Amino acid sequence: MSSTKYILGIFDDPDDLMHGIDKLQRNSVPIYDVYSPCPIHGIDAKLGIKDSRLGYAAFMFGCLGGTIMFSMVYYMLVHDWPTNIGGKNYFAIPDFVPVTFEWTVLWTAFGMTFTFFFATHLFPGRAPRVMDLRATNDKFIIAIDAKGNTPHADITNLLKEAGAVEVKHNDRKYVSYE
Amino acid sequence: MASHSESIIREPLITGNNITYGQITDDVLRPVENMPGKAWWIGFSVASLGSLLWVFAISYTFWFGIGAWGLNKTVGWAWDITGFVWWVGIGHAGTLISAVLLLFRQNWRNSINRSAEAMTIFAVICAATYIGAHMGRPWMAVYSLPLPNQYGSLWVNWNSPLIWDVFAISTYFSVSLVFWYTGLLPDIATIRDRATGLRRRIYSVLSFGWTGSVKTWQRFETVSLILAGISTPLVLSVHTIVSMDFATSLEPGWHTTIFPPYFVAGAIFSGFAMVQTLLLVARKVLGLENYITMFHIESMNKIILLTGSIVGVAYLTELFIAFYSQAEYEQYAFMNRISGPYWWAYWSMMTCNVITPQLFWFKKIRTNIPLAWTLSIVVNIGMWFERFVIIVTSLHRDYIPSSWAMFYPTWVDVSVFIGSIGLFFTMFLLFIRVLPSVAMAEVKLILKSSSEQAKRKILENGHVEPAEAEFYISSLGKFDSVEQSSYEKV
Repeated sequence: MSSTKYILGIFDDPDDLMHGIDKLQRNSVPIYDVYSPCPIHGIDAKLGIKDSRLGYAAFMFGCLGGTIMFSMVYYMLVHDWPTNIGGKNYFAIPDFVPVTFEWTVLWTAFGMTFTFFFATHLFPGRAPRVMDLRATNDKFIIAIDAKGNTPHADITNLLKEAGAVEVKHNDRKYVSYE
Repeated sequence: MASHSESIIREPLITGNNITYGQITDDVLRPVENMPGKAWWIGFSVASLGSLLWVFAISYTFWFGIGAWGLNKTVGWAWDITGFVWWVGIGHAGTLISAVLLLFRQNWRNSINRSAEAMTIFAVICAATYIGAHMGRPWMAVYSLPLPNQYGSLWVNWNSPLIWDVFAISTYFSVSLVFWYTGLLPDIATIRDRATGLRRRIYSVLSFGWTGSVKTWQRFETVSLILAGISTPLVLSVHTIVSMDFATSLEPGWHTTIFPPYFVAGAIFSGFAMVQTLLLVARKVLGLENYITMFHIESMNKIILLTGSIVGVAYLTELFIAFYSQAEYEQYAFMNRISGPYWWAYWSMMTCNVITPQLFWFKKIRTNIPLAWTLSIVVNIGMWFERFVIIVTSLHRDYIPSSWAMFYPTWVDVSVFIGSIGLFFTMFLLFIRVLPSVAMAEVKLILKSSSEQAKRKILENGHVEPAEAEFYISSLGKFDSVEQSSYEKV
């Protein structure tokens, strides 16, 4: 039994990588993940990854922030300490607009970005789970779980045929833990 | 993505012949991974001396109070608010480039957005220092927050544009910071994976454990797009609210409805000028000519021309409305600006903001780097005078002639201003040393579609209309980073 844990197909060119995904899928080889130094448009559809729902989170956070600010200003100006300014209405809605808008934007931005960090497990100090150090530089990498995907030589050939410049059989999942 | 090639008649966004993904990383990270050169050290020394001056002048202000400034009882706002509005205005270009141009799918933003956003953040920090400083007792800043207190609670005045401004500027700063830092994550990961030892450890913490997996990139792009969508109205709202600080008062020359669009156009105008001032030098010193090309420079100059013209129309509209309104105080305010004791400030503003930017109608001037750089400095001077004119000339002759006065800055006023420029450049120079000044991931994204080499390949493969090919090759003439003669045999 080989000690290989992950097979990495390393590509120079994202188009070749897409070609590699096609080949693997035609041969029913499941793909663990793909790592790239820049986004590859169209890859999520190909890998069957659902659209991100962060937009909904953003909308909810925006509503929440706007509501909090509007209610807070209402409480302070209308309920808790109404000030008579030339007999004008305490509930002067146009004056509420700028701050309500600002907090809608603020909460949308922070709420959505922190949801993104939370969902993707991004936080300061997290150990980077990197399979090949060049994936953030100039290489586009398909990772295949070696377990159950045999024979490994066939997968290697598929990747090579698709244009992989290198195929690695890694004994450990991540290279970045020192 | 990569399989789609762009129309041949569009000018390339990345020049150079052997640009690979690895080459982009090497080029962009050269200043980060190596010791800086002599130019950086000279710049950094001068800038840090400026920062020291700022620290000294601000400390002096806090120790002796606002009386150290040249303010008097008629002119109670002068260089402080001028400096504040000037810096906030400069801060507008970064978000405009990163957000508005993203929504409009202007791919040329990809190589300038990072440094422009950094510039935004540093400019807003400089602006914020003025707010802190003009309070005299900066710890009183806590009273601008709606916190419960022992006076009632007596809340902040939500009807006041000054309170709106507190929320606008702080939101703008923090959202810009989030936008900038999220965009930095993939590039910090690139530095991390090339570094060793302590450097790797530091960049590893800063990278938040970024890996570049498919799902991460998909979410990253969603987040970028939504942040762009909300930052666009945000950036317009910020200077609108800054202008309301003036427009909602009853001061002649301030009490006008045209202020919001006029301030926003002026902010974009000065912001792009500052981006130009920084990038024209940075591309040379950092060797980024292939990424920040003549196309980028010319595009920014066109935006400067457009917004400068909008500002010019606003100046003329103000004059016309003062005449047409038949409001004599309003009319006097403008007569006083044009021909009063501050005529030189008004005409400096008119010359620098309206007249000289019109030179950018000439392509020769738009694509001439020393001239474009000089004009960008001229615009920055003009925009400083614009704020000075609006603020001081409206205040110094108020409704009671017996209280008319002039404003004379003290050495503290001057030092705080010059010091804030030093502070800005210190932060910017540190930024280009430790973080990538070009968004590598975003430049890599357009390498296969919009680079000169991709277009050259299309030309060499044929199947291009000869007229289009000729048009494309002739458009390369302006690029200082392209040998047009190498296309003769193509």
